[in-house]
Amino acid sequence: MSRELILDKVRRALGRTKGQPPPPLPPARICVPQTDVESRVACMLAKVEALAGKTFLAATLAEAAAYTASVVNGRDAVASNAPFLRECGVTALPGVRTGVTDRLALRELCATCAVGITSADYALADTGTLVMLSSGREARMISLLPPTHIAIVPRERILSGLDELLSVLPLPAEQTSSMVLITGPSRTADIEQILVRGVHGPGEIHVVVV
Amino acid sequence: MSVVFDEKINQTLGDERLQLAIYTATARLMDKRKHALEGDNLPEYQELRDCAKALKKHTIDNLDHYLEQLESNVVAHGGKVVFCSDAAEVSDFVLKLAKERGARLIVKSKSMTTEEIDLNERLEHHNLEAVETDLGEYILQLAHERPYHIVAPALHKTRYQVADLFEEKLGVPNETVIEKQTMIARRVLREKFLAADIGISGANFLIADSGAVVLVENEGNARLSTSAPKIHIAVAGIEKLIPRARDLAVFLKLLGRSATGQPLTVYTSFLSGPRRGEEIDGPGEFYLVLLDNGRTKLLQDPGKRESLYCIRCGACLNHCPVYRKIGGHSFPWVYSGPIGAIITPQFMGLNHEPGLPFASSLCGACAEVCPVKIDIPKILLELRADITAAKERSGEGGMERMAFRAFAWIMRHPKVYEMAGRVASLLAPASSSGWLRKVPAIMNIPPVRAWLSQRDLPAPPQQSFRQQWRTRVPRTDSR
Repeated sequence: MSRELILDKVRRALGRTKGQPPPPLPPARICVPQTDVESRVACMLAKVEALAGKTFLAATLAEAAAYTASVVNGRDAVASNAPFLRECGVTALPGVRTGVTDRLALRELCATCAVGITSADYALADTGTLVMLSSGREARMISLLPPTHIAIVPRERILSGLDELLSVLPLPAEQTSSMVLITGPSRTADIEQILVRGVHGPGEIHVVVV
Repeated sequence: MSVVFDEKINQTLGDERLQLAIYTATARLMDKRKHALEGDNLPEYQELRDCAKALKKHTIDNLDHYLEQLESNVVAHGGKVVFCSDAAEVSDFVLKLAKERGARLIVKSKSMTTEEIDLNERLEHHNLEAVETDLGEYILQLAHERPYHIVAPALHKTRYQVADLFEEKLGVPNETVIEKQTMIARRVLREKFLAADIGISGANFLIADSGAVVLVENEGNARLSTSAPKIHIAVAGIEKLIPRARDLAVFLKLLGRSATGQPLTVYTSFLSGPRRGEEIDGPGEFYLVLLDNGRTKLLQDPGKRESLYCIRCGACLNHCPVYRKIGGHSFPWVYSGPIGAIITPQFMGLNHEPGLPFASSLCGACAEVCPVKIDIPKILLELRADITAAKERSGEGGMERMAFRAFAWIMRHPKVYEMAGRVASLLAPASSSGWLRKVPAIMNIPPVRAWLSQRDLPAPPQQSFRQQWRTRVPRTDSR
């Protein structure tokens, strides 16, 4: 078996014995700055804009739904099963399908829809990032296959940044098989370093903060 | 230096278009990195580098412990871990799994580790279709070339070359607008993603306390490769480990900025095991292939072990005056630039390209920009010593050794040194410009000729420094 062989080679190279505990690990470097919610919201919106994402600050749930309706604009859309989207009334908008729980059915739907609508588990203000944990409420494909992605986020879910996320969620794998950080629209610069958006993922991203 | 290495270097140096492409691409990446790190953008940069190095050192020095911790956490989340010693074991594993599951089509996201073991060729040899899905890698797969750069694999290709390639291989009209070329690739690859049976990714980091694979990308192809097919296989070198998910607070801040100047890349995926319970989508099976392929050999040398700290940001390539002239394809293996120059001899053996560690001016730019502070120039020097020692053992390089012994003897004997200097100035041809532009007859032996073919020697002065010293007028002021 290569397993034993490789581990054995590693131990011999390092002069360690099987089961020997390592010396204490250097402490994790996590620095969470103190910020108030207003500044986090402002920073989040500014960072998303800087990445060529679109933003909308909604005062009410209804405003968020109205903005979403204007982006969807009669096209086919798929919404995740996040309860917050239902509270906003987004799932009841014309042309919006939701409630799909079958893997293949959802994938097919996402491959044909123009717009994917999700919430986000967290957002990171200092980089303009959405944090999506895969679950029964949020699927992986909705924020990935449709050319446009709308994320509607309650403002209290906006954290200061990566350090705060990792202090709130030190072991993401305990919660989900997939945590994805989304920072702006999909992009590439692989041909002559020319920036093109929307290569495999959505080229258009809307972040709605409620 | 081998003939092939020499030839590839000369080809690159002689190609004006290529020179411009390398120069502009690396300059742009340097600028972006600089901007991302200057001023208030990341004041804790140096501290993060020290943290990153300390964490990598700790992990590599106790690698067996963290490998076992990683393995048990992957298994706890329903995944499987497969240890592989070499390229053949990886392809055997993938082929066997593909056969058992009746899989035909594989989508791949960019991975230097799978490049290292020529996985695509091995799979295609057994009638499996393996499609690269990163735009740059896809272009190179169509062109049958290997990556030119660790993070910008197709930086040497122009839009016109891509247009011809797409026309020839995909049967589409010749399209030279980059946005439209990108959309052609999106369309073709989207079908592959939805039809694929298996997705293969690499790993930017392996997280021991989570049993997780972390993937960093901008396009979304890694997300698609790891989420659309029923099976996800991640192939990673054993050195990719970091202890805790929380350590990403150090490494992610350094990686994106060092590579492309991005505080975070567009997508960072943190994946652990197959989809669970209520989760709607994601793969039903998850395998983590842990590859040795020479890494354990590298661990044996405490002086060079830090070569394994590399997080593949590519900053050392962009800042290397040698890489910027000779380009990625001159290097003898998939890893190019300064990091390639130190890991290639250690993975492939000193004789793979004995000239490689010598192809450096030791300017130190690589070490200065390395986010995990690998002392690349020091390792280059150690490799040079190893190569020279190996030559000596095999009885090669006798003339060179003799020449340097004679040189050392002269340098230790001031009288002889002075005499040699006088002889040299007597024998040197006359020069009115102060430079010897032609190789003097007495020095016309191959190594000296090669050295002087690109350089002028200053003509020996009328009086040596020693002579001038003896006849100097002593200073009269008594400060």
